Amino acid sequence: MVEWTDSERAIINSIFSNLDYEEIGRKSLCRCLIVYPWTQRYFGAFGNLYNAETIMANPLIAAHGTKILHGLDRALKNMDDIKNTYAELSLLHSDKLHVDPDNFRLLADCLTVVIAAKMGTAFTVETQVAWQKFLSVVVSALGRQYH
Amino acid sequence: MSLSAKQKATVKDFFGKMSTRSDDIGAEALSRLVAVYPQTKSYFSHWKDASPGSAPVRKHGITIMGGVYDAVGKIDDLKAGLLSLSELHAFMLRVDPVNFKLLAHCMLVCMSMVFPEEFTPQVHVAVDKFLAQLALALCEKYR
Repeated sequence: MVEWTDSERAIINSIFSNLDYEEIGRKSLCRCLIVYPWTQRYFGAFGNLYNAETIMANPLIAAHGTKILHGLDRALKNMDDIKNTYAELSLLHSDKLHVDPDNFRLLADCLTVVIAAKMGTAFTVETQVAWQKFLSVVVSALGRQYH
Repeated sequence: MSLSAKQKATVKDFFGKMSTRSDDIGAEALSRLVAVYPQTKSYFSHWKDASPGSAPVRKHGITIMGGVYDAVGKIDDLKAGLLSLSELHAFMLRVDPVNFKLLAHCMLVCMSMVFPEEFTPQVHVAVDKFLAQLALALCEKYR
């Protein structure tokens, strides 16, 4: 089981309570699709992903980014058992969506960059440590049920 | 995944904009590396204090960023330009190549923090590719 200090819990909760899900979700997913273009393979049904400009203007991508970010709420509410919280979602990504789990790490990195841009100097070293620990637990849980 | 002419220009342009803050970013990036990925401290066991924000860590971060800037100037032939640095990393430092990716990520985070408007997705991909090419050039002599 993952151990969280009070400080880590406070940091993670603080980030989420100030989060603009639409803005950060959209920006993170767009950045992932632009920086790691092979991730576009999962978005064939999402319309025009021709270049960075069209990706950033695509409303389906924006909506999906928001959806993904809200998916993190589950981990936030169940920080002491993220592994089991995401068991079903992990199976979904494995069996239905067929997403290579390495993509979770790529998206997590983009999310970190976007949050860093939003928070500026408030994204302290301590904040980054806690945030990346949280994301790495989520990423690990999402990949756990692959078989 | 080599850089297009446009991406090379993007890299040069962004690093130009960044130059007044490059020391800060270099120092911060290495601090974050040892904080977020504590296993990287294993390379700094010869320092009295390898904790994030310590003097040796900040100083070394500045040194590394200096090397990155030097590489920007050699962007058209990184392998040839970084030959001696590659030998240093291969025969003396022997840093496991996975760590170049980790440091690159920390550099990108710092760039994003300091230049939120300028560090667009297009700049991000160009800089990420450049840092990856830099890492490859540093690994050239490894085996």
